[in-house]
Amino acid sequence: MKTYDAIIVGAGHNGLTTAAFLAKAGLDVVCVEKNDYIGGATVSRNLYKDWWYSNCSYVCSLLRPEIYRDLELHKHGLQVTPYGGSVTFMENGDYFGSYHDHEVAYREMSRFSRHDADAYKTYSADTMRQCRFIRDFLLSTAPDPTSFKPRDLKELARIGGKFMGMGEDRMNETIRFWTMSVAEYLDEYFETDVIKASLSGSGIIGTALGIHSPGTAYVLLHHYMGDVDGNVGSWGFARGGTGAVSKAIAGAFQAAGGELRTEAGVDKFIVRNGKAAGVALDNGEEIKANVVVSAMDVKRTFLNCMDKSDLPEKFHRRVENFKIRGSSGKINIALDGMPTFSALPEGSSLYSSDMHFIDSMERMERAYDDWKDGTWSKDPYIDLTIPTVSDPTMAPPGKHFMSCFVQYCPHKIEGRDWTSEEKDGFRDSVFDQIAQYSPDFKDLVLHAEVRTPEDIENEIGITEGNIFHGELTMDQLLFNRPVPGYAQYRSPVDGLYMCGSSNHPGGGIMAAPGANAAREILSDLRRPNTVPENFGDD
Amino acid sequence: MNARAPVHQGRLKSPFYPRLEQLDFVNEWHEWKGYSSADSLYCEEMEYFAIRNSTAVFDLTPMTKYLIKGPDALDYLNRLVTRDMAKIRPGRVAYAVWCDDQGHVIDDGTIFHLREGEYRLCSQERHFAHLLASAIGFDVTITHETEDVAALAVQGPTSFSVLDSMGLDGLDQLKPFGLMHFDFQGVELMVSRTGFTADLGYELWIDPRKAIELWDALFDAGKLHGIRAIGTHALEQARIEAGFLAAYMEFLPADETIRTGRSRSPLELGLDWLVDFKKPNFNGRRALAEEKRSGSTWRLVKLDIEGNKPAHNSYIYSNAKAKGGEIGFITSATWSPVCKQNIALGTVRVPHGQPDSNVWVEIYYQREMHWNRMMAKATVVDKPFWWPARRGATPPGPY
Repeated sequence: MKTYDAIIVGAGHNGLTTAAFLAKAGLDVVCVEKNDYIGGATVSRNLYKDWWYSNCSYVCSLLRPEIYRDLELHKHGLQVTPYGGSVTFMENGDYFGSYHDHEVAYREMSRFSRHDADAYKTYSADTMRQCRFIRDFLLSTAPDPTSFKPRDLKELARIGGKFMGMGEDRMNETIRFWTMSVAEYLDEYFETDVIKASLSGSGIIGTALGIHSPGTAYVLLHHYMGDVDGNVGSWGFARGGTGAVSKAIAGAFQAAGGELRTEAGVDKFIVRNGKAAGVALDNGEEIKANVVVSAMDVKRTFLNCMDKSDLPEKFHRRVENFKIRGSSGKINIALDGMPTFSALPEGSSLYSSDMHFIDSMERMERAYDDWKDGTWSKDPYIDLTIPTVSDPTMAPPGKHFMSCFVQYCPHKIEGRDWTSEEKDGFRDSVFDQIAQYSPDFKDLVLHAEVRTPEDIENEIGITEGNIFHGELTMDQLLFNRPVPGYAQYRSPVDGLYMCGSSNHPGGGIMAAPGANAAREILSDLRRPNTVPENFGDD
Repeated sequence: MNARAPVHQGRLKSPFYPRLEQLDFVNEWHEWKGYSSADSLYCEEMEYFAIRNSTAVFDLTPMTKYLIKGPDALDYLNRLVTRDMAKIRPGRVAYAVWCDDQGHVIDDGTIFHLREGEYRLCSQERHFAHLLASAIGFDVTITHETEDVAALAVQGPTSFSVLDSMGLDGLDQLKPFGLMHFDFQGVELMVSRTGFTADLGYELWIDPRKAIELWDALFDAGKLHGIRAIGTHALEQARIEAGFLAAYMEFLPADETIRTGRSRSPLELGLDWLVDFKKPNFNGRRALAEEKRSGSTWRLVKLDIEGNKPAHNSYIYSNAKAKGGEIGFITSATWSPVCKQNIALGTVRVPHGQPDSNVWVEIYYQREMHWNRMMAKATVVDKPFWWPARRGATPPGPY
């Protein structure tokens, strides 16, 4: 039987990224995927007639441009198109729009508060300073603070140097920022409720926390630190849906000689003499490899696919305690035409922006209260996009695909499985909220795919359907992600590595965990590094 | 005696101006051969992506146009330009350059073989005097028709779908560098599958009196496929990605150059493929044959530069330490949003700049008032940066 140099488990965008960089280094690599399609949650699916849904992830900003360029993803069909702005519809019939053009954005904010419009520039600079600090570490392995290895010490010194270089005042600000809530952070700049509500959404997306929970200011950063073509904070759509990202990375992987196998779910990682030896598939087949890499989340990897006896007790316990709670759902909708929104004038650029319907901080927090009570938000925070406004490839001409990311939505209803009535109820909460602002919306719906965290877990395999493979709180970031002492993509088992979003720097279509893992693996194998370096902002 | 009215003062307005004006949000215009031409209409980034994602419409009316016809039209053109025009059948379009007797490029342009023996030459610069002087002894008539033809570039992956929806039957069979004639509301509409973007795209040519009607029909048909008017800045990015040359960027028109050594031959611009020594005599032939024998001085290079800081106005060196002084300079640079590459065109002294070789580019960039300098490694590439399959697909796909 053949022994591969490396086997990657899970053909999500991170698994494929690790696979591509290892294959580029000349390794004989196979990537196995349990579903009959690749991409994991970075996927475009044809579930209704000629519509393609980005049915899990739906926007693209964090994808590291260094990786995009190095793997020549454009040659494998990827095109990321930026889109502009956002709008928050208000209960009083008004709306708050945010725009690409600074002066237009300023005028709109001034309509609510001249104070807030002026404060925005300081808010932007302060937030961008935090982004700049963290962006530098995305494409590098987090140093282990307890290690005395030269590379850890060097990297710690670099981080320390950068931190000290900020000066005392800004060091204090940074420490506060990393621990405070998004609500407190916004309160320091703004007075207008709708402006704060509009900005606070990024602090809770994909997170089982409320806007008043400590640590949510950092989550905001996670949504700001991406860029499209160097415009930090910009968001884009992958042409053809987010599946185009994984398809392109898979293209690069295959062009480098890699082998891709779908419908090949892994039942167990095989460990022999304390060393990873391969995997056993669901169908009983065994695949041997010298290096085994899991792109699955840390819980699924170690709790579902390994013998407990192969793992140290403390590590096992830490993995069990890893927070990866389901907090968001997704509804994908095929529309017969473009819905109109009563408040928006015809031709408004905001039709191609992110749309939201929660206009106050109180409503934001109440949405979280429902989740704490074990149910979905009855007045949810929806991040609504209609990518077909600019993408001609995802629906027939004149028809549209609407993506609704919905927060909050629990993994289980009061601790038990969802019933189909409850799933309908979840859908209706979303539809009713949209219809309140768009009277023709419901009549245009041709098909809707409703996805609770439970559905996402069952289909994609991510524990509790958590979009980040584990929450982005301080206790689970950098050298603590996923588990202290194991934050450098290595596991307690020799030859078994992790490359999914449970690892630094976390979730989103970033491909950084996958690239960083590949660099570590190649270093262990004493192979030349194929992973590109950070461009750097300076 | 009555006072004569002055010639038109200020900028001319293209026949499409009334529509462009309605779509203009940012009021950024520049002068192009006497006309007002938009830099941008609402957002450069969005305009750029209209080219790569849906359909972009650019007003190219100010392009200089000449109608050349008569029994000797082919012989005339064949002596004028360096490529063999006998191979360009009616209904075909040729990209061409024409040179002075020293073999230096006066300009590049497109020559449309409209009908048997009837051509349209289209270029950036004005050449009426040169064209007439070249016509001595040939039975041809040359008409200046810049103002008589309104033109639009319609470029992008859905451009075929838009024009198809407009009712241009048979357009699906039109190959790259082909042209067809259609009836549009009783006047002739010429459509060529040409452009400056290296994407699927067309150019539309019509009597200016029907310009507004054409624009409206086009935008009406475009509603369902995504259509946006764009300005020059977005087009310029696409032009560099395609690796196309621009007059006054990659070369100076030889007949307007003051200093010796500042003009370029087609061989120095990577246009060897356009110079046909097997055809009858043409302007600059002797000089170019000699240059081919003895070697060129300059070479145009397409550069893929590390990092993400565009190399505007940079010097090029053969090594990171700049030993031996500069070997050339960048002529056009941009970040390519579609390739996610830092790209540039430049001119370097031979023998530097062989394909796949490395050169170093000195980049200066500003961050919060302070300037930084970096020496970036660059790879010379010999293919266009962007050249998607859809550009050449016949029939074209819907997007």
